[in-house]
Amino acid sequence: MKKSIDLTLKIWRQERTGEKGRFEIYRANTISQDMSFLEMLDVVNEELTKEGREPIAFDNDCREGICGMCGAVVNGRPHGPEKGTTLCQLHMRHFSDGDTLVIEPWRSRAFPVIKDLVTDRIALDHLIQAGGYISVNVGSAPEANSIPVSQHHSDKSMDAAACIGCGACIAACPNGSAMLFIGAKISHLALLPQGKPEAARRAIRMVKAMDQLGFGNCSNITECQAECPKEIKIVNIARLNREYVKAYLVSEEK
Amino acid sequence: MSWLFSFIWSSLGRKLLMALTGFCFCMFLVMHLFGNLMLYGGRDAFNGYAEKLHQLGVLVTVFELGLLTFGIIHVLTGSILFYQNFAARPVRYAVRASGGGQTLGSATMPYTGFLVLVFVVFHLIDFHFADRTNATIYDIVSTAFHDPFHLATYIFVMIVVAVHVSHGFWSAFQTFGLNHVKYMPLIKGLSLAFAFVVGLGFGFIPIYIALFRGQ
Repeated sequence: MKKSIDLTLKIWRQERTGEKGRFEIYRANTISQDMSFLEMLDVVNEELTKEGREPIAFDNDCREGICGMCGAVVNGRPHGPEKGTTLCQLHMRHFSDGDTLVIEPWRSRAFPVIKDLVTDRIALDHLIQAGGYISVNVGSAPEANSIPVSQHHSDKSMDAAACIGCGACIAACPNGSAMLFIGAKISHLALLPQGKPEAARRAIRMVKAMDQLGFGNCSNITECQAECPKEIKIVNIARLNREYVKAYLVSEEK
Repeated sequence: MSWLFSFIWSSLGRKLLMALTGFCFCMFLVMHLFGNLMLYGGRDAFNGYAEKLHQLGVLVTVFELGLLTFGIIHVLTGSILFYQNFAARPVRYAVRASGGGQTLGSATMPYTGFLVLVFVVFHLIDFHFADRTNATIYDIVSTAFHDPFHLATYIFVMIVVAVHVSHGFWSAFQTFGLNHVKYMPLIKGLSLAFAFVVGLGFGFIPIYIALFRGQ
């Protein structure tokens, strides 16, 4: 059964960083419910292009929910209303005929809008850089059991490593805090023997960088956990807190 | 000692300060509630309790100064966090919806906190700094709660306090890094139970005095 729906879109349009933006209203007619959200935007953009108007700028890359490039706030929900999905994996079958959708970019001081729905998330790269390096022998594959890692720890580390760095946690946080992002990055390595020697330095430097980049402060509201497309949990923030206290009170790092 | 400053003054350090002072206030609420329960015993029981407490002398002063220090830390840190968090999103969302993470408590922390601060100031003026030359502490409390405005305000603020601690209590554990699949549901349950005990415990005493105790 094929069904198509008509939608009203209120989309944030902004020429460039620092300029005043505004909402503009577009009609998206005969949208197939088999389309993804981004494909729906493609259809709208095609119409706009044909009419000689400026298409709506939005970020996207893999369109299969693993690259972390896409993302917009749809009716107040980062990546839209479905749990555990990125915007590109959100399908139009979750919407009904006649719906009005308000589409905004991530709102954060640390993520300035580049154009329309595209934000500059370089701050997340700066956070990763602040974390520094880990010492791993490269070259041919190491003997599998030379560094024992329990399946349990490997699984939990992988849960944290599932972070795709899309920034939805920051967009969802009423405080604009990046704690779930850092929590995931810290936990990812804190659970493994690789990266242990640099753990204290990593925790201190990443928190310092977060404070300098203009993110807010975490107050455990847990909206990040509810909106994360990879369903990363706040236990990772608790682990970050432990790593941070340990780094200051036990290690020589400062 | 610059490391100590960096430790305390980062976003995470301030979060730890809020959690530590907030948790101490939760413990204080428990002590305060036990003291207030003496009001059910009537005039002599409560006045006797107040007298015994004041016999501790310098210990009381030390405790009060401790509370004041913690109060100042909690309020100042909270205010800074509130301002910074507000500034972290210069352009607000046109539409804001919850994904199911926030609760009444977590969404209103700065506001309930501010109300509690205002209340504490008036509460201290009402009872702590009250003129006790002609009236015992029981009389002062009893007179206050026979005034409908006092009674209604007090009950309202106790609900506000309950909402504040419903998030604050479990949140402190999360901040200390004590989040584990095994015991987090228990802590969250405890947090709700604590909020109920605080709200009902403190809130019912003025109702009892107003309804069942003569002035």
